Amino acid sequence: MTKIKKILIANRGEIACRVIKTARKMGIKTVAVYSDADKNALHVRMADEAVHIGPPAVNQSYLVMEKIIKAVEDTGADAVHPGYGFLSENPEFAKLLAKKKIAFIGPNPHAIVSMGDKITSKKLAQDAGVSCVPGHMGLIEDADEAVKIANKVGYPVMIKASAGGGGKGMRIAWNDEEAREGFQSSKNEAATSFGDDRIFIEKFVTQPRHIEIQVLGDKHGNCIYLGERECSIQRRNQKVIEEAPSPFLDEETRAAMGAESVALAKAVNYDSAGTVEFIVDGDKNFYFLEMNTRLQVEHPVTELITGVDLVEQMIRSAQGEELNMSQDDVTLTGWALESRIYAEDPYRNFLPSIGRLKRYRPPAEGKVESGAIVRNDTGVFEGGEISMFYDPMIAKLCTWGDDRGIAIDAMKVALDNFELDGIGHNIPFLQAVYDHDRFARGDITTAFIAEEYPDGFLGAPENAGHTRKIAAVCALMHDIKEHRAAQISGSLPNHARHVPDEWAVAVKSPTGEDRTYSADINGDSGLRTIVMNDDSDKAALELEVGLNWRPGEETVRAFVDSRAFTFKARAIPEGYRVWHRGVIFDVAVRNPRAAELAKLMPIKLAPDTSNLLLCPMPGVVVSVLVEEGQTVEDGQALAVVEAMKMENTLRAESRCVVSKVNASAGDNLAVDDVIMEFEKPE
Amino acid sequence: MSDILDQLQARRDEAKLGGGQRRIDGQHAKGKLTARERLELLLDPGSFEEFDMFVTHRSTDFGMEKTKMAGDGVVTGWGTINGRKTFVFAQDFTVFGGSLSETHAKKINKVQEMAMRHGAPIIGLQDSGGARIQEGVAALAGYTDVFQNNILASGVIPQISVIMGPSAGGAVYSPALTDFIFMVRDSSYMFLTGPDVLKTVTNEVVTAEELGGAKTHTSKSSVADGAYDNDMQALSEIRRLFDFLPLNNRSGSPVRPFYDAHDRIDESLDTLVPDNPNLPYDMKELVVKLADEGDFFEIQEDYAKNILCGFIRLEGQTVGVVANQPLVLAGCLDSNASRKAARFIRFCDCFEIPVLSLVDVPGFLPGTDQEYGGVIKHGAKLLYAYGEATVPKVTVITRKAYGGAYCVMSPKHLRNDINYAWPTAQIAVMGAKGAVEILHRKDLDDAEKTAEHVADYEEKFLSPFRAAERGYIDEVIQPRSTRKRICRALALAKDKKLENPWKKHGNLPL
Repeated sequence: MTKIKKILIANRGEIACRVIKTARKMGIKTVAVYSDADKNALHVRMADEAVHIGPPAVNQSYLVMEKIIKAVEDTGADAVHPGYGFLSENPEFAKLLAKKKIAFIGPNPHAIVSMGDKITSKKLAQDAGVSCVPGHMGLIEDADEAVKIANKVGYPVMIKASAGGGGKGMRIAWNDEEAREGFQSSKNEAATSFGDDRIFIEKFVTQPRHIEIQVLGDKHGNCIYLGERECSIQRRNQKVIEEAPSPFLDEETRAAMGAESVALAKAVNYDSAGTVEFIVDGDKNFYFLEMNTRLQVEHPVTELITGVDLVEQMIRSAQGEELNMSQDDVTLTGWALESRIYAEDPYRNFLPSIGRLKRYRPPAEGKVESGAIVRNDTGVFEGGEISMFYDPMIAKLCTWGDDRGIAIDAMKVALDNFELDGIGHNIPFLQAVYDHDRFARGDITTAFIAEEYPDGFLGAPENAGHTRKIAAVCALMHDIKEHRAAQISGSLPNHARHVPDEWAVAVKSPTGEDRTYSADINGDSGLRTIVMNDDSDKAALELEVGLNWRPGEETVRAFVDSRAFTFKARAIPEGYRVWHRGVIFDVAVRNPRAAELAKLMPIKLAPDTSNLLLCPMPGVVVSVLVEEGQTVEDGQALAVVEAMKMENTLRAESRCVVSKVNASAGDNLAVDDVIMEFEKPE
Repeated sequence: MSDILDQLQARRDEAKLGGGQRRIDGQHAKGKLTARERLELLLDPGSFEEFDMFVTHRSTDFGMEKTKMAGDGVVTGWGTINGRKTFVFAQDFTVFGGSLSETHAKKINKVQEMAMRHGAPIIGLQDSGGARIQEGVAALAGYTDVFQNNILASGVIPQISVIMGPSAGGAVYSPALTDFIFMVRDSSYMFLTGPDVLKTVTNEVVTAEELGGAKTHTSKSSVADGAYDNDMQALSEIRRLFDFLPLNNRSGSPVRPFYDAHDRIDESLDTLVPDNPNLPYDMKELVVKLADEGDFFEIQEDYAKNILCGFIRLEGQTVGVVANQPLVLAGCLDSNASRKAARFIRFCDCFEIPVLSLVDVPGFLPGTDQEYGGVIKHGAKLLYAYGEATVPKVTVITRKAYGGAYCVMSPKHLRNDINYAWPTAQIAVMGAKGAVEILHRKDLDDAEKTAEHVADYEEKFLSPFRAAERGYIDEVIQPRSTRKRICRALALAKDKKLENPWKKHGNLPL
């Protein structure tokens, strides 16, 4: 095969940029494709050439094979990298390219087809000796048979309706009695819910973790594995945090999983980068789930611990080269983490938040002081747009360290320094997870988020030590600001304002106590000693604070007792709103006399909005379904709002009377605009 | 001797208690601070010097001669804000409900006159039940004396009013004559006729808050320029505003050290204006990104949101910003926006504050509402304000500048100093579709020809270059370098001397 000279990337966003970087390193020219919505996108700016392929909707642009092929032919590209998603696992696309003698940077079509079908892939896996979730696929006649099978599979088992979904007709049994009962009730429920009472049984995996093996093959029959990635931190099956290696696996399990993965890959002559996904239980039993025949979103963590550029390997395989490493050459060094930074608002049930990135300043990439490495894969830039048409991922922030602790610390620091504005984002949520004890211990399962945040994310728990530091740094910020303010022109000579050294700091946060401190600042510049008196426990504490901050800067980088301490702050009347590690604070800094007077201020409760229907997102009213004076029932649809091409039906939360309707079809609403008002029935 | 000194202290202590501890507690229970507490917060600690502390009223009717309280319901004097002088008066609700008597008015008159004489702003903290009824016409005369001084001081020194309690009836006219009015949410209200009278006369039932609370006056009536959650926040923000303002009409705007490079480049501005000319964008982002340290003190934030007005600093010095806001009514000018901006520009011109205009205006808002409401005269106010202003004026057209609205929004022709346009600017009599409908009426049925005409018009007129060819635009600039350009332009225009012809005063289209 001849060397690839020009690659067209049939994708967009960060993965297109990622592929371009490696291609450029290898001296290969690149072609980007773009829809109307991506005209100014980063991948278009980065590529050597760019081809417009249609309107924003993916089924009219990135998913249209003919347009991609035409772009390949028009630009004379000799290979296509599909990225992930879109056409990456579409065998027809791979076949079409093969027919046109265009190299597909991915596995052969046969591998894609075989692994694309759940049943075929399971069968192939079983044949290749890969462990699958034990169970009985055939129909079960009666309760006695159910118990027999359950014993064969081993408790606990899951009894499931064939036609099931949404938890209906599903039971978990831990012993014979429960199996007997569960079989009967599942069968009954299935019959009434689905009109289909067929039941099957499989092993119920307890404390499940999602762990996957990266494999790499060539066209010469070689295949190796590059360790695992643990992706258990998921929210509704969407991965949020990934790491490599897994904090759970031992060398033996890893080797066993690796060997089985390679066996499966070889069974389909796998000749590119691919991923074999497993579910692993609390006893380190692992079961095959599926194989992804593409480059995974989370591939950077593998690259960081193996030093292998997976995109480069894919390109080399695609041009027929033999793998330049053997299994023995693969070593896993250190620890890597990936945080998916999404444009979604964690405080509003992770609602996607699209729009203009008024500010986008990721932390610097490369080596940091602790020896850790920061890597940020992105497809956006400051002033760019998060479009409603595509995945709302902003960036994949990765860190690598000698061990897990160092990698986590580096990630916390990197997230502290990530500046984003204009859209809602999940950085506060990510920070909360990294600060969570269970995460720190590596005690995670796929249910972690559902278990730890059952009512959604309300903010991380406040940490008194951090709050004190924030209070001290805010006092110093205020001191800097006030000293500057006193230097205004036109002040009376010899009667200038005397700026005091002592400040009273009041801190409020929704997830913590209200706290007040007095901060006594010593020293004129450089490192300051701040004596903090905590008014609640009367304990005085000295903090040494170094602060290189100028008014107007939103990222506050301080050193407190020689350790970096970073948060975001924005001026509000009398002080600052502060964002730190998933906690939002309102910090007021006052002179002691003002602090005394502040105690007289009325406490204003947030207005009661329980009798209002508020618009949950910016959008257009499609229809209002009720009228003034109408009594509505719990769960009744009230209005439909379209946002991001999706119609959202807003429902009543209790029985009430509609007292006023403020919006009508066609209205453009902002977040929290009042759509209608209610009265509780007498 | 020491007796006399002690006596002074004792009299001061008594005076400082105003209406006594019980009334002070009552004031606190309402979430309000006392007059002296408010002044402590407003002024630099220790800088307040009180005048006329021992003044009492002279009324003898209705038994008033038996109740005299030192200060007579208003605390007056002067102090500093960040070392700069200002005169102040604060009505004391604990003394006769802060009601205005002849002597109360005289105290205010004194600081008003001193403020004018010494070239320092005056800040009034209003918290008063109204005229002292027992004094009859003497109280009314007192009000009018205050008004007269407000009028004379207008344009000489900045006058700021903060409504921190009731302000009803004639009392509202003193704040109304000042440059800025701020209110405190839930504890202040302003109206000429209160809810009780309203109910009797018109049978209209309305609460004081609905009739004249902060929300009403910041969003509906435009009487107030801003509102804050409580006394503390209000006073702290007045200090912030004060630092933007000149002391008087000769001092020029203040300068303070700044930490933001004048030539800071912001690449994200290159993508601020969307590709689709019909999509909105947030002009506030531009204002904040141009300003030193992103600091923008917005005036009338909740009123006529289709135009933004407020103060920023460039190179440490105050600049007034007027900007069309495409997010609201596509940035169209209407009666309310015109009045809001006109008043703001005239304030800037009075006090030698340069004006920066950011233009994206598709025209005046059409409609019977607007025409019946006199948009012609209101629009003329804005035109008048720009044309009359002799301060440095710099304009940046970011996108649309169409028709009459182009003429109004600080174009070169109104003695403007520097006019920039972004490459995305479209300077024309109207948009392409409307123009083609008039110019090529006969081809309207032919979609193909019409499209051709539209494309032709867009190419010819919807760019900054036609205007640049005529010199109406001094330079087409990269959005990213806007801050650098404006800073240079203002540096250039610093010593601008421009005089209007001698006149008693112009006749603004009121």
